[in-house]
Parts: sequence; structure tokens; C-alpha cells
Amino acid sequence: MDFLRGLMLGQYVPAESPVHRLDPRTKILGTMWLVGVLFATRSLAGLVVLTAFLGGVLAAGRIAPAYAVRGLRPVFWLVGIAVVFQVLFGDSGGHVLFRRGPLVVTRENLAAGAFYGYRLILLVAATTVMTFTTSSVELTDGLERLLRPFRRVGVPAHELALMMTIALRFIPTLFEETETIMKAQMARGAEFARGSLVARARALIPLLVPLFVGAFRRADALALAMEARGYRGGEHRTRMKELRVAVRDYVAAGMLLVVAAIVLLPPSVWRAVAGR
Amino acid sequence: MIRCEGVTYVYQRGTPFEATAIEDVSLEIAAGDAVGIIGATGSGKSTLVQHLNGLLRPTAGRVYLDDVDINAREVDRRRVRQQVGLLFQYPEHQLFEETVTADVGFGPRNLGLGPDEVRHRTARALAHVGLDPAVFGPRSPFTLSNGEMRRVAIAGLLAMEPRMLILDEPTAGLDPASRREILDHIMRLRSARGLTIALVSHSMDAVARLCRRVIVLDRGRVVAEGATRDVFADPGRLAALGLGVPQVAECARLLRERGVPVRPDVLTVDEARRAILDALAGRRPAPKNVP
Amino acid sequence: MSDRAPALIRVRGLSHTYEPGAGEPVPALRGVDLDVHRGECIALIGGNGSGKSTLAKHLNALLLPTAGEVIVDGLDTRDRDAVWAVRQRVGMIFEHPDDQLIAAVVEEDVAFGCENLGLPPTEIRSRVDEALRTVGLEALRRRPPHLLSGGQKQRVAIAGVLAMRPRCLVLDEATSMLDPAGQREVMETVLRLRDEGLALVLITHSMEEAALADRVVVLAGGTVALSGTPSDVFARDDVLRRLRLEAPPIVALARGLAAAGVPLPPGLLTAPQLADAVAAAYRRGRGGA
Repeated sequence: MDFLRGLMLGQYVPAESPVHRLDPRTKILGTMWLVGVLFATRSLAGLVVLTAFLGGVLAAGRIAPAYAVRGLRPVFWLVGIAVVFQVLFGDSGGHVLFRRGPLVVTRENLAAGAFYGYRLILLVAATTVMTFTTSSVELTDGLERLLRPFRRVGVPAHELALMMTIALRFIPTLFEETETIMKAQMARGAEFARGSLVARARALIPLLVPLFVGAFRRADALALAMEARGYRGGEHRTRMKELRVAVRDYVAAGMLLVVAAIVLLPPSVWRAVAGR
Repeated sequence: MIRCEGVTYVYQRGTPFEATAIEDVSLEIAAGDAVGIIGATGSGKSTLVQHLNGLLRPTAGRVYLDDVDINAREVDRRRVRQQVGLLFQYPEHQLFEETVTADVGFGPRNLGLGPDEVRHRTARALAHVGLDPAVFGPRSPFTLSNGEMRRVAIAGLLAMEPRMLILDEPTAGLDPASRREILDHIMRLRSARGLTIALVSHSMDAVARLCRRVIVLDRGRVVAEGATRDVFADPGRLAALGLGVPQVAECARLLRERGVPVRPDVLTVDEARRAILDALAGRRPAPKNVP
Repeated sequence: MSDRAPALIRVRGLSHTYEPGAGEPVPALRGVDLDVHRGECIALIGGNGSGKSTLAKHLNALLLPTAGEVIVDGLDTRDRDAVWAVRQRVGMIFEHPDDQLIAAVVEEDVAFGCENLGLPPTEIRSRVDEALRTVGLEALRRRPPHLLSGGQKQRVAIAGVLAMRPRCLVLDEATSMLDPAGQREVMETVLRLRDEGLALVLITHSMEEAALADRVVVLAGGTVALSGTPSDVFARDDVLRRLRLEAPPIVALARGLAAAGVPLPPGLLTAPQLADAVAAAYRRGRGGA
């Protein structure tokens, strides 16, 4: 049943580091910024710079590189498929390396496939770095604060944040429960990974029914516990922790701007800067 | 009947969350025995019992059922699980069918038995836990009381006709009468059907009533093993391991501290009463176990 | 009891009937009277379905009376405007440690109730720190709750309630899912709070816990069947058995010894009490011989 735990990789790794201490809003916006830069990049040199930057963030965040790569493993499949498509079905012009029937592999397509594939990996890596270094609570707080200005146009910022908090709080519990129920039914001779697709789908009933019943029971209990502690929606509510932007957040923002400039500005600009 | 040799289990190997749940556990449970497995939360009891029916595969070490390594490639794990029934904590949370009969019949159906045999076994199993199949069979399990649901879950395992039953906290969260009923049924199953019992419990009174032998786990290792009477005669040690002691045993210990020569190995109210009366009358307690 | 200071919680003629969407209405409480005083510990015992949990939910306005009234610190729970004040005064701890913790970090969870009260951030911070100190969990403040033991989770829940500065704590089978060490942790914590003046209502299946209370109230079929000191209540073995309950083993042992002619004082409830009494009888016996 370790596969259920495997899915939970890419989770928050508690540590004391400058990256961990950043305001979550900085990290959320920073990640969005990096994703934007990645999409705008056309040059290999740009990817190299971004790889170096992400590597630096990982090191500053005290995340073991091997662990980060492990977290990326599920994505490799996806990347592989994307690359194959690009190579096989991209533009057919250019230097042909291999041809059999309708299959044509050109050097240009291979290069483009590798480029897009690597870009995809970096994309996932950027968001993973954020989730590694930002606890779910901080993430939720950050999102709530970022969404707060949109309350006026009907975005329920508090409710969304609370839903996220509760979901995050109960994911580990639900995983444990899923594991227990699976094992309990296996102890009664159930099989979850054998037989036809239909048989497997049917085999899920003894898992899903207790899981749903349990989720509803929990939801009821939780609602009661929240009410008992005086919860009555977002009105009148205050927060213990107020987010505050510190110097390091400005530093981080500055670094992000510099990276974007290095990656995106055409070489001619840099030559001009250097030449002056 | 069941033997563990040097069983070690490590969770989430190769991640920052790696943890050793049990380490180098060796033990043996003979057919027909009733063994208590006790230990504080996190001592590895639940992990250990999941090795006994092949739900977990040891990181190192072996588990034998009747001298066959249950994790060997050619062994059918489903047959192991049929022979060794494992009741999880709060088993009522695993009920899912529309009727009690259908739920109890889930195990036998998975064994590939015919409808007649399933029906027989279901009725028999319900009767074993004191539920009339005619009355409870057609009802939805979700309309029953907690104690009744718990008994339906036990029947669901009994219907597989195992030779051994492992029960993880079978009486947790029940009122005193329901607790007594469930323990009575388990005792009867052992005497009437020769079922081997392993009881995982925090309730030392339940262990004292049901088990001849206890195995004490602490932080994943076996730290004591022996006749229930002998292990419970040392309440100080059990308390140091974060465990409770049967109240009467605690009372006997306190009496000895106060200079009353009561034999220490008392498990039930009746035994304690006799031991105290003996001490007050100046009769010497049985020489065994008296330092 | 009524000649003391006025009761903190006064329950009079409380009846509650559940009205399910389909089927017959279910009467759960019928005419219950109960007083809870400051600094007093009341154990509420009864078999499954006796109405214990329903009564508990009335004490902080999670349920409202079908008939009768519940007055908390002078506030009527039926008064819509008083509900939040009532919930601040009476805190609840539930059975499942997992299903009452809301946030993914201990201190955030402890802050939840205070945040609902709308207190300023610095005030919440100091109350959270104080509450965590009271239950002895300062060191675990940054942990996610799912990595704590059951006893620790319940202490987090208690801290969350304490931070709201309540007058009364209601524990609804709060120890039934814990191991002996966890049960001890929780009981020691709440009994200490009782000594500091908090009122406690313990709903429990554990007769050993009930024996620690100042007063035991036995519910059966939605009415109060017995009420009195633990020794008075546990002396009524016949009634208890009929109600699917039983006296703690120590009480049974003391009764057996007394029946065999050992001169013991009445009202022995715990192992140390019984051991002291038996040791005294032993010394008297030797002195006389």
C-alpha cells in the first residue's frame, strides 16, 4: 500500500531556510512569474539560466536534489509522451535523420521535442519547489490574502481558503482511512488489482461506500466541532497571523526580475549594456 | 501455528519520512492459544498483526503459517487471509452492503463458494456473535447500534471460517455491557471452535480475562513475553511502558507496598478477593511468584 | 446543591425530540433537571442511546430544547443573540480526536476559536501561547495534528477551547479512543483545570473515570435514573446492571471483601483508597492477635 504514500511525494518538507521564511504571497506570485518566463523563453540559454536559478533556490531551501528528482518522477512519463508527439508530428522540414513509411524524424524536431520536454520538466519543478518550501497553511493564507481584493466582485475568498485548509488537513486522514479500508476488505478476500476492468471497477464498491460514509460522518463531526467553537462564517473573524512583507521578499522579487531580464531580453540589449 | 522470525518493517523507505515500525520481532503463536499483544500507541502492534495475514510484507525476516513462508512466491495470499482473520479497529466503518446478510456474505463470496454455502455460513456466523439471522439479516447495517455493527463485522470474518482470529481493539468505544458481550462471544468461540485468538488491546482487564499469554511491544521490539499472570504481576514495569494495569493487580501491588503479603499475580476481582482474604487470615499465599 | 452559589449551568425540564426527515420522531431526553456548579466535576454515564450526548449538545446550544430550558451563566440558550456568548462559556471536546481539529498546524488550530471571537491578533497570540503551556504542548506548536498521538490531539482540542476562556468544559467520551497513557494525560489535564475553578462535565463509558468525579449522574431512556456521589451511585449494583453499566472492579472487590466480613469503610472507589483501608484492617488484625 506504499503506492498511496508515493502519491504524497512533492509535499512540504519542513526546514529552516530563507526560502521557507519568504512570505507565501511572494512564493505564489514568484512561481507564476517563473512559469510565465518559462513560456516566453525561446532560447536554450534561457533554460540553462532558469535551471541554474531553480537549482539555487532548491539549495537555499535545503532540499536534497535526489529527493526533488524523485518528486518529479511521475511527470517524466508525461514529458516522454509530449516529446514523442513533437518528434513524430512536428514540421517535417529540415535535416532528416530517420524515415520509415509515414514516420519522419528530423534533427529540428528532435531538438524542439527535447526543448519543450525540458521546459515542461522545469515548469513542474518550479511549482514543486514552492510546495516543498511552503506549508499548506501558508499557501492558503497567501491565496486568501491575494484573493481578498476580489471579494467585491463576488469571489468568496474566506470560504475558499477555509475549504482548502480543511481539504489539506484531511487529505492525510483520508489516505490513512483508504488504506485501512482496503486492507480490511482484503482481509475478507477482496482483490483490488486483479481481473478485467469491469471486475476492478466492481471491486471498488467495498472501498468507496465505506469511504463516502466515513467522509460524511467526518464532515458532520467537523461541522459540529466548528460550531461548538463559535464558528459563524468569515464575518467578525480575525486572524492570529497577519502576513507581513519583509526585506527578503523584496530581495527575492528583485532576483526574479533579474532572472527574467537575463532570459528574455535579446542578446543585443545585453551587448549594448556591456558595451557602454 | 504462526511464527515470525526477525521481522522488521520500515515505512516509506528512501524518503525524509522513513520510519521503522517494528524491528527484529520473533514470536510464535500455537494453535488454540489465546495471546494478548500489548504496547503503547506507536509501539508497532498494528503493523505487527498485519504481517500475520500477509497484508504487509516484511522489509526483513519471515512469517510462517504452519511452517510455510507466507510471502513465498507460490503461496496464495488469499488463502492465508482466509485462515488468519484480521479484525481492524472500528470494523463497523468497513460495512458497505445494503443488508447484514450481504455484508457478512462478502468474505465467503470472495472465496468463490456457492450461494447455499454462503447462506449457511452467514447464518452460522451471525448466530456465533449472538445476532438472530432472521431478525438482523435483512436489516441495513447502518441502522444498527455501535455494538451490533461491531458484531456484524466480526461475523463477516467468522463467515470465512478462519482458524485464527486477530482482533485489534475489539471493544474500543463501547459501553460496558457491549464490551462484556463481545468478550463473552470471543471466549465462547475459542472454547467451542478451538479458534486461535490474538487480542491487541489497551484494555488490560480484557487481556487479563481472555489471554493466557501476552507479548509486550515497545518501540517496535518485543520487550516481554510470558504467561499473562506473570507479566501483569509487575505493574510498575507496565506503567513505565505507558500501559495500564488491571485495577485489581494495581491494588495488589499497593497492598504489598503497605506491608500486606498479598500474592501479586491476581487478574480478576475474584482472585483478588481470595488473595486478600488469604493474606488477612494469615494463610501463606501459594509459593509461586512470591519473592 | 441549590443552597450554594447559583449554578453555572441550570437545566430544567429539558426534553429533546429528534425529528428525522422520514419516520417517527425520536424522543432522546424527557424532563431532565441538572445543575453544574463552578469547580465541580460531574460524570454523566449511561448505556448507548441513553441521551448523554444529546444532553451534552444542549449545554452549549448546539441543540435547542424541544421543551424546558438550559440557562448558562444567566443566558438562555434559546436566545438567538446569546448563542455565541454561550459557546464561549461552554467548550466541547468530542470523541474522535481527528474530527475536531480544523487547521493543518497545531497553533493555528488552537487559534481557531479565538479568531471566531474576533479578538485582535496580538491577544490571540498570547492566549494561544498560554493555552498551549497549560496543556503542556508548547514544543509541538508547529506540528501538523495528524502526526500527534491521540492524547496529544485531545490536548490540542482542549487548548483550543481554553484559549476562548470558558467557564465549563464538556468532554463527550473524549478519552474513549485513547490508550491508557493518553487517557491519563487528558484526565490529569482536565482535573487540574477543575481545581482551578473550571466546571467539568465528563460523558464517559469508563467507570474508573466516573469514580474520579464529584458527582455521578446516570441517564437512562432520556431521564436521570440515579444521581449522587460516586460511592452512592456505584453502591446500586442492581440498578447499574439493568442499565447496561457496572461498578468499577475496585468497587466490586471492596463489596466482595466487606461481604466476607472484612471491616472496610463505605465509599472506596480507587485502588489506593482500597489498599489503605485493607492495610489498616490488616494491621488491626495483627495488633489484636
